Amino acid sequence: MALSTRGGARLAWGAVFVLLALAPFIGVYPVFAMTALCFAIFACAFNLLLGFTGLLSFGHAAFMGSAAYATGWLVRSAGWPPEAGVLAGMAIAGVLGLVVGLIAIRRQGIYFAMITLAMAQMIYFVCLQAPFTGGEDGLQGVPRGKLFGLIPLDSDLVLYYVVLAVFVAVFLAIIRIVHSPYGQVLKAIRENEPRAISLGYDVDRYKLLAFVLSTAIAGLAGSLKTLVLGFATLSDVHWSLSGEVVLMTLLGGLATFAGPVIGAFVIIGLQNFLADRVGSWVTVIIGAIFVVCVLAFRRGIVGELLAWRQRRASR
Amino acid sequence: MDIFGIPPQAFLGQLMLGLVNGSFYAMLSLGLAVIFGLLGIVNFAHGALYMIGAYVAYLSFEKLGLNYWAALVIAPLVVGALGALIERTLLKPLYRIDPIYSLLLTFGLALIAEGLFRDQFGVSGQQYAVPEALQGATNLGFMVLPNYRAWVVVASLTICLGTWFLIEKTRLGATLRAGTENPKLVQAFGINVPLMVTLTYAGGAALAALAGVLAAPVIQITPLMGSNLIIVVFAVVVIGGMGSILGSIVTGVMLGLVEGLTKVFYPEASNIVVFVIMAIVLMVRPAGLFGKEK
Amino acid sequence: MKLNRLTAASMLAATTMLGATAPAQAQISGDVIKIGIITDMSSVYADLDGQGGVEAIKMAIADAGGTIAGKKVEVLFADHQNKADVAAAKAREWFDTQGLDMLIGGTNSGTALAMSKVAAEKKKPLLVVGAASSALTNDQCTPYTVHWAYDTVALAKGTGNAVVKAGGKSWYFLTADYAFGAALQNDTSTVVKAAGGTVVGSVKVPLNASDFSSFLLQAQSSKAQILGLANAGGDTINSIKAANEFGVTKTMKLAGLLVFINDIHSLGLKTTQGMYLTDSWYWNQNAETRAWARRFFEKMKRMPSSLQAADYSATAQYLAAVKATGSDDADKVLAQMRKTKINDVFAKGGFIRDDGRMVHDMYLMQVKTPEQSTEPWDYYNVVETFKGEAAWQTKADTKCPLWK
Repeated sequence: MALSTRGGARLAWGAVFVLLALAPFIGVYPVFAMTALCFAIFACAFNLLLGFTGLLSFGHAAFMGSAAYATGWLVRSAGWPPEAGVLAGMAIAGVLGLVVGLIAIRRQGIYFAMITLAMAQMIYFVCLQAPFTGGEDGLQGVPRGKLFGLIPLDSDLVLYYVVLAVFVAVFLAIIRIVHSPYGQVLKAIRENEPRAISLGYDVDRYKLLAFVLSTAIAGLAGSLKTLVLGFATLSDVHWSLSGEVVLMTLLGGLATFAGPVIGAFVIIGLQNFLADRVGSWVTVIIGAIFVVCVLAFRRGIVGELLAWRQRRASR
Repeated sequence: MDIFGIPPQAFLGQLMLGLVNGSFYAMLSLGLAVIFGLLGIVNFAHGALYMIGAYVAYLSFEKLGLNYWAALVIAPLVVGALGALIERTLLKPLYRIDPIYSLLLTFGLALIAEGLFRDQFGVSGQQYAVPEALQGATNLGFMVLPNYRAWVVVASLTICLGTWFLIEKTRLGATLRAGTENPKLVQAFGINVPLMVTLTYAGGAALAALAGVLAAPVIQITPLMGSNLIIVVFAVVVIGGMGSILGSIVTGVMLGLVEGLTKVFYPEASNIVVFVIMAIVLMVRPAGLFGKEK
Repeated sequence: MKLNRLTAASMLAATTMLGATAPAQAQISGDVIKIGIITDMSSVYADLDGQGGVEAIKMAIADAGGTIAGKKVEVLFADHQNKADVAAAKAREWFDTQGLDMLIGGTNSGTALAMSKVAAEKKKPLLVVGAASSALTNDQCTPYTVHWAYDTVALAKGTGNAVVKAGGKSWYFLTADYAFGAALQNDTSTVVKAAGGTVVGSVKVPLNASDFSSFLLQAQSSKAQILGLANAGGDTINSIKAANEFGVTKTMKLAGLLVFINDIHSLGLKTTQGMYLTDSWYWNQNAETRAWARRFFEKMKRMPSSLQAADYSATAQYLAAVKATGSDDADKVLAQMRKTKINDVFAKGGFIRDDGRMVHDMYLMQVKTPEQSTEPWDYYNVVETFKGEAAWQTKADTKCPLWK
């Protein structure tokens, strides 16, 4: 290969960044792009838990949605500035994650997944009943405000770059976490938990911390989405969204960095493209992708690409 | 004479309705518990199979003119066959790997089923008539109970107890249980274990479909009826103990009653009471009420 | 996992794909007039408006000649599935990327309130046809929202008063748990109390609930005379059926606060005869309405509901205003519409008030007995007509800052 891997990779990543930065100018609807980026953040957060720690949380939407509601209410009804609202949303999602995590961590595998699902459903019904969420009508009319009191966010273009910046920061942060010593322990837990325990690690504490981190970042995604769209609704806490984020991560590639982003982009793009054209068939197609992925495509897009490259290199 | 400030009519009435709901929970969680207890598969498609059972009943009436009693036989057979097909083609390859994947696969299947039926029938729901023999209502004094709902309670409890008996107390059941605990050994005895596994999954699916036919005259038949219930049913199974069949039957009925009571005193909480109970049980007895620690 | 070229390349591909599937930036709708309708097409309210509403709009466009001031007229439609976020996102997307000129709000008050905010932000007209909540012209009024057909105040004043006068003094409400149900319960309670009645209690039911039994049991144990059904569409049909099944109708009378002709058609005259209901239009009132209704019937194979007639009227009036001003600028067209009296198949002598309310006659009707009905869909006797401002919110009670 003419270019060294390092240089080639840098070039390719540069191209990605340029494309994302210029998206509004090449004709992409900024609100749509921002929504996609928020879901990409959500998927990355989820992947931290599933791909890198090996824990399947089947109720992750509850955390994204709770933060969405919290930020929405704080910004709209309590008059908080956007950055405070987003941080508060993250914190609330993290605290919820702590509570659910404490209950669920005791069990493993399938049981863990079932418990997270049930807890998330409880959060859904609380959101349905709580007066401030607006129930079926949703929490509407959330203003965007001024970032740090200086930068008005009403312009879609300005907000797009803010969201893009947050996305890049989250992406890099996750890389950092995974490559850190803490991340190495998580990887060890994922691969062989009994051995990690026998080496003296307090496995439950590591898992709990991963859970809380994951839910907090998921909350960040939800809070941002509320600012972008101006509302938070029950769809944000519904279990079907929990299922979708699993699919995004699985499709993109578990335990890869770009995987969840790619998975999120593909699924959001697909839904948007198909929604008006095929109606209920969107659900069928999503379900079919699930089935195909589980049966034949478990490594996901990025996983398969990396494996293919591995095979080529070893020839 | 009020019970805790509520007139006895309201109290007993809600309990009665709760018993009806509880019978549904019991039947559905029974099928789930059978499939999980014996096969280790978390069957997220259970709700969809229940829904398909109800639609088979509806369609066999609309298109073929077959009545309710025929549907009680046809729906489980059709859906059971569907279950066998699913198990054979889609689930068998996944046994060797992480059970998470069979969960995800059945989740995907549930989405496909829901989407297909939604496309065909819309969301609003179809009506299914109560069979003539069960029409009318009986005045119990504290409430008017439609006869059909009484039938539902009787039928589902009979089926539940019958299934429990079959699995726990008969030779067939023993073979089933042995085959899933130690397949190689049982295979060595000449018993076709893969076939047994397929039939078990099919049996669970048939139970779900039967519940669907029983439910059809009570609630609207909609493509969403399964997904509305499935998470509650999962919670029931977790509370009862994920492998315990008796546990899920008892918990299902109890939960129906508890929900009915909640509706009397604090209706807003009736949706979440099951999950609150689940959280408490898990803190105190992580394996569930009747479960065994694995 | 190393960040390598291949990963980056796949990221690039995904981003490009995302870009390709994304809606494009705003095209100026210079030469096309785009009218959009976002309504419930597949769920509990689908029959009342839904596809029939789209047809009615197309009829209006055709009757206006298909081209106004040299520009073609196009109609877009979408299903909001009774989800406020879907409605709001779709509305925003249409305004931003499709150059939508006018939005018609279909059924479901929650979605209408959400779209109202988007329309106000984008400064484009929203003509609400299907939704009922009086909040649209009250505390949540905007200069860009016009509430065309009916609202919860009119329903309350109509049916509420009629039932109390007929002897129904104590009420218990079965309420759909969202903006519409709450508004309807609220407005009806006000009317009932003002007429000397009492509200004994209420219970909130999720939208599109499958089983009403436990709610009906609660209603029955309240010992109220009247069970007020603060719901609509499929929910009303199911609650009436369940009430019959559980013998609630033996001890309480049912008051359907929002009932459409499609609901009567589903339930049949035997079950619904004698019921009072308030509506904005009935197909069998005069020769003009009949003629229009038969045109609709040819396309849809059923008679139009008042909402579908209102869709036609709203579209027709909008297009007439565009023609008169020669522009599709929102402020100019709305000003023109406010100046013009509305005389069409839907309303005679109607006008748009400062709070956005389209004021017109409302009718109190009673369902015919099977013997009285002469043909399919011939279901109503008009008992009383509320002329002009009589049915609507009064200036004294309003919280809308635009109407002083």
